[in-house]
Amino acid sequence: MARIGIGIDIGSTATKVAVAGEGGEVLACEVMPTGFSSVDAAERARQALLAKGFDPGADDARTVATGYGRVAVPYADKVVTEITCHGVGAARLYGGEGTVIDVGGQDTKVIQLCGGRVAKFAMNDKCAAGTGRFLEVMADRLGVSQAELSRLAAAGTGSGVKISSMCTVFAETEVISLVGRGEARENIAHAVIESVASRVVTLAGQGSGAPFFLTGGLSENAYFVERLGALLGSTVTTCPEARFAGALGAAERALDLA
Amino acid sequence: MAELETQPLPRTFEEFNEQRKAAFIRVKDFKQAGNRLVGVLCSYTPMEIIDAAGASAVGLCGTSDEVIPDAEKVLPANLCPLIKSTYGFAYSQKCPFTYFSDLIIGETTCDGKKKMYELLADLKPVHILHLPQSREREYERAGWREECRLLKERLEELYGITITDDDLRAAARRRNRLRAAQLAMFELQAQQPPAMGGVELMSTMFAGTFNFNVDSFTQQVEDTVTARKAAYDAGERPISADAKRILITGCPVGGVINKIGKTIEANGGTVVCMDDCSGERTARMMVDAEADDILGAIADRYLDINCSVMTPNEGRMENTLAMCEKYHVDGVVESVLTACHTFNVESAKMQAAVEGAGIPYMKIETDYSAGDQGQIDTRIAAFIETL
Repeated sequence: MARIGIGIDIGSTATKVAVAGEGGEVLACEVMPTGFSSVDAAERARQALLAKGFDPGADDARTVATGYGRVAVPYADKVVTEITCHGVGAARLYGGEGTVIDVGGQDTKVIQLCGGRVAKFAMNDKCAAGTGRFLEVMADRLGVSQAELSRLAAAGTGSGVKISSMCTVFAETEVISLVGRGEARENIAHAVIESVASRVVTLAGQGSGAPFFLTGGLSENAYFVERLGALLGSTVTTCPEARFAGALGAAERALDLA
Repeated sequence: MAELETQPLPRTFEEFNEQRKAAFIRVKDFKQAGNRLVGVLCSYTPMEIIDAAGASAVGLCGTSDEVIPDAEKVLPANLCPLIKSTYGFAYSQKCPFTYFSDLIIGETTCDGKKKMYELLADLKPVHILHLPQSREREYERAGWREECRLLKERLEELYGITITDDDLRAAARRRNRLRAAQLAMFELQAQQPPAMGGVELMSTMFAGTFNFNVDSFTQQVEDTVTARKAAYDAGERPISADAKRILITGCPVGGVINKIGKTIEANGGTVVCMDDCSGERTARMMVDAEADDILGAIADRYLDINCSVMTPNEGRMENTLAMCEKYHVDGVVESVLTACHTFNVESAKMQAAVEGAGIPYMKIETDYSAGDQGQIDTRIAAFIETL
């Protein structure tokens, strides 16, 4: 058994690093942008770990890589998919029963936990509808940051403005035509968030149901969490470590390695 | 076609790569030597009738996205990739088998294929068998026998020959021997661990659809089975005992052998049962070569194939559950080609049946492009991790 477990979660937008001690206690968490190259992100993650006094190459350390860039981590002892890691990480953060929703940069996952294990999962198909990427594109189009997008949305109303396209490219066209029509930015922002949340709810319909936990980058977006809960008709729990769920799960898996 | 015709090559022949040029020359030589070639597109095609006409039957189902841009000049984009690819090969003249076929035989299976065949008929001679939507009513069975008779007549007319009952019986015996050999190969996978890799098995079966000679392919399969059995008995274990045992069901797998099959085997799984229309569920159905009405016996054998174009189609789910037991299956992956409505809708029934038996199930909807390989890798790897 390893004495230190390191989890590296290379997502499409952000790279998350978590270190777990022998008893499972969290020793460190770190987040950095992934940038263009996963290999480069893996090396930056290694440097960040070294700066904190954790060496993935040490005899008593084991590393598990996850996320879409999981194969680009040369110092990883094992590769585990982000679905399993988010499940393990969420079980640790919230307990082992319920539905984990992870809205990531390029995909959205709904994971059904049963006894701390992944019983079943659903993932969006190849398009970016209902993902963080969708919000990024729309915020760009409206010329605001993602945080501002949420603030605008909270001030907006549902007054008839709806984005019905599933496809990000078509939805962007829809936003352009709404802007052209002179629709208030708040209302468009509101429609954008509703679109992502309802897409996630459709996917979550394939899961087991409450309690719901949100992990991934969007868990830090309070307005999104609130709207998701409203549309699911059930409270959505989140916590400050939620964005590290995948990395924490990977670190826990690393502890199990010989 | 008693006299030997010169077989011209496609206009774009000189642009082909060496491999494709060689394939064209091989088929051209085959035809030039006076051989007959008939293209088939579906497991409902009564192969014995083609064999009895002295023709070689070759599979023309498109499995590559290479020619889909060509196909989309005519066909809508949101159509099944198998249909687009099949048509695209005919349209672009890039497939030697399609190009040199004397006749292409299609069936009224799904809507997409049925209407595509009308367009294909502008490019190549096509004969359509009217497949009933079910085999529950007596007239459907009688109607299908009549369709088989019409095909026999079409081939007799095309080649200026007479197909006798004895010809049909001989063909049935030959095909039964091939089916038995295929079954023996499938059953190598029932061993724990399996005696053969699933991707290798799928590729072997797929290659068989391009073989001009039933006997030589049968021999090849029989020899492989003998060799694999001997190696296994000698202690050889090509597949790890830890590999999770996966059954693939759904649409024809020819175009996703790498995309799904290889991905399963690269992520800790092994394909132990190929439960599509070219798999055991079809191969195990024999023709009674001694039946009084041999044409009727052939027709009946094919009509009983379980495809999602039939309604109802409960036999498919029952059979899949039997396969899960026989092959000690850990998980079922259903592969649905984009816009294949019949398998996609039926997947709800398959999921209920498989999960009802306590076996994990996952559906993948995909096409022949590489665009979603990343997501598919993650989904398949995660599915195997949960088993």
